[in-house]
Amino acid sequence: MNDPEIRVIKARSGWQIIDWKELREYKDLFYFLTLRDIKIQYKQTVFGFLWAIIQPLVLMVIFTFVLGKLAKAPTDELPSAIFHYTVLPAWTYFSNALNQSGQSLVASANMITKVYFPRLIVPMAPVLAKLIDMVIAYVILIPFMFYYEIVPSASILMFPVLILLLIITAAGAGMWLTALAVKYRDVKYIIGFTLQALMWITPVTVPVSTIQDKFGETWRLVYGIYPMGGIIESIRASLVGAAIPWDLLGISAATSIIMFVTGMYYFKRTERVFADVA
Amino acid sequence: MSDFAIKVENLSKRYRIGAKEEQHDTLSGAMAAWLKAPFSNFRRIKKLTDFKGKNDDEHTLWALKDVSLEIKQGEVIGVIGRNGAGKSTLLKILSRITDPTDGQVQVRGRVASLLEVGTGFHNELTGRENVYLNGTILGMTRDEVNKKFDEIVEFSGVARFLDTPVKFYSSGMRVRLAFSVAAHLEPEILLVDEVLAVGDLNFQQKCLAHMKKLTESGMTIMLVSHNMMAIQSSCERVYLMNNGEVAASGKPLPVIERYREVLAEEIDGAPSHAGSIKADNTDSGVSILNFEMFGEEGVPKRDFRFGERVKIRFELFSKERIENPYINFGIVRGDRVIITNFSNYYDNFRVDYIEGKCVLEGWLPPLRLVPNYYEIHVVIWPWGGAHKGGDVTHAVPLAHKTYDNFRVSGTGLNSADGVYQLPATKWEFHRDGETITFTDIKDDNIFDVFDDHDKELGGGI
Repeated sequence: MNDPEIRVIKARSGWQIIDWKELREYKDLFYFLTLRDIKIQYKQTVFGFLWAIIQPLVLMVIFTFVLGKLAKAPTDELPSAIFHYTVLPAWTYFSNALNQSGQSLVASANMITKVYFPRLIVPMAPVLAKLIDMVIAYVILIPFMFYYEIVPSASILMFPVLILLLIITAAGAGMWLTALAVKYRDVKYIIGFTLQALMWITPVTVPVSTIQDKFGETWRLVYGIYPMGGIIESIRASLVGAAIPWDLLGISAATSIIMFVTGMYYFKRTERVFADVA
Repeated sequence: MSDFAIKVENLSKRYRIGAKEEQHDTLSGAMAAWLKAPFSNFRRIKKLTDFKGKNDDEHTLWALKDVSLEIKQGEVIGVIGRNGAGKSTLLKILSRITDPTDGQVQVRGRVASLLEVGTGFHNELTGRENVYLNGTILGMTRDEVNKKFDEIVEFSGVARFLDTPVKFYSSGMRVRLAFSVAAHLEPEILLVDEVLAVGDLNFQQKCLAHMKKLTESGMTIMLVSHNMMAIQSSCERVYLMNNGEVAASGKPLPVIERYREVLAEEIDGAPSHAGSIKADNTDSGVSILNFEMFGEEGVPKRDFRFGERVKIRFELFSKERIENPYINFGIVRGDRVIITNFSNYYDNFRVDYIEGKCVLEGWLPPLRLVPNYYEIHVVIWPWGGAHKGGDVTHAVPLAHKTYDNFRVSGTGLNSADGVYQLPATKWEFHRDGETITFTDIKDDNIFDVFDDHDKELGGGI
């Protein structure tokens, strides 16, 4: 008979390494949890997956009217609809993914206390599941682009990379928040409220160029520390054929990756108490 | 090298239990506390997982204390003990759900744990989708579920509803499907916590047969159960846990006997009042106090002979006047089977109202319960409460208290005779126009019958 390896279970403390091999063994669970999140999301709704485009579309109409027509906010010379809709699916994705990911551990308390599996899967599944909505919403962008005769340039090749950065940002923040939320349930309220506020400082509403005009170049780069600042601005640039703001994106990407890595390790560090406080 | 599957060395687990919430009598006191709450809450929540500093205080609980045990490959082990003895904590550590505070475990082989059936089942998903989800949660890969899928469905008997969302399933169907997934796990080590008795009788038979097959397959199994029959019939060795420690271990029968002694000691320790283990809904102003059971000698006790005439007595205290309450008490076996309910309502005995302290006494018929341990549930319902709208599950009792363990002993009856042995009132036997009638049936004692049989058998051989 083969002699399986011996696993030692004992008290852990401090920082933990990440068991990639184990994560691979559980890839099917990851797949089915993601599939579950996709399947249940619009069950028993009238509009079904139409909801994926309703949210960004309605926001676009409101922004175009309030910011474009009434407030005459700058849009970097782009038609207001294009300015907003090129990034609204990405923002909506981030907002929904973070919201679900941040509450994922508390929502799966019954699973966490009854069976073992790598906990990292829990906040990651909604981050992937919400991608479907974004893809659907971006398909709607195509007719808009034709209508306004916007032609992307080679910078569109950056689009997939930027989406990857977007996922990393959502996952990083999600891991931090859900690990905190298991213990401090305040996080649930913080997430909802902060996401609303954050939308207004993300270049979904006004372009980053306004910051530069008002406060100068240095503050523009400082703003890049907010990962969604550089990423959202670059997503728009990549789609409308503008130049990608590499400096801004570089800073945002760095914060995003730092947040992801630290989030993962913070999650692993606190993981051992999840079942006791969930 | 030894061939252990699980080796537990000096394992301890400490829990921090939430500190009591403070009470304030004055408005200003409550206001001040409300403003200070964020700081004190933060400290309190932070401390939940922080064991530094002061070691033991009133808010910590040792769920396991210095437990050591070793399980060989292929062994089927039972773990028994009272509620809160540490059995489930042990399983949770072995299955890596929670970390130990101290000590270590070595595990050889792939572990699957079954602390509950249907973990992760989602109501909106179909049966088929749930099989895959639940299977992978329990540690199978997609290929493994694929391979076992037909078997799982066949075993569950819900093939027709496979593509129906689980929310339209009856609870029985749901549990059968869930159990079928769990039953088809093929780990090297299986940890099971009290999940065997699910579904209807037919399905339970199927589960037990399947369990038997697993035990013979060479899988290492650790079974936590309150069902002594299951433990006795399937385990090679049994550990008795008490207060977080291993109190005894060895062959099933002596350990189970030791467990009964532990329970009996507890019974003897509090001879007059049964220990209340659970009380619900204390804010209704109705409470149940001083529950006692009396034997034929008229003294309070909790250890009865088969067929003994029992009297029960308890006090009710109600702050307000409550008209026409239903007063119920039920006898429940260890595996949650409700054996019978006694009720003033069923017997058409109307108690016009309760207020302040009242006492209820009830004389039960001869207790022909098959020897075992039983619980008593005392439940007080408001008028019409339990039956209003026909939906008992949503009615709220005024008071509900559970009393742990009284024992019935004597006679050679066992679980094979059911839970309650009832005598007939009259027998007739017809043959060739001749009729034999028998009415001399003893309704309170069958010792004599057994003794007579023994004598006859002994004399005959």
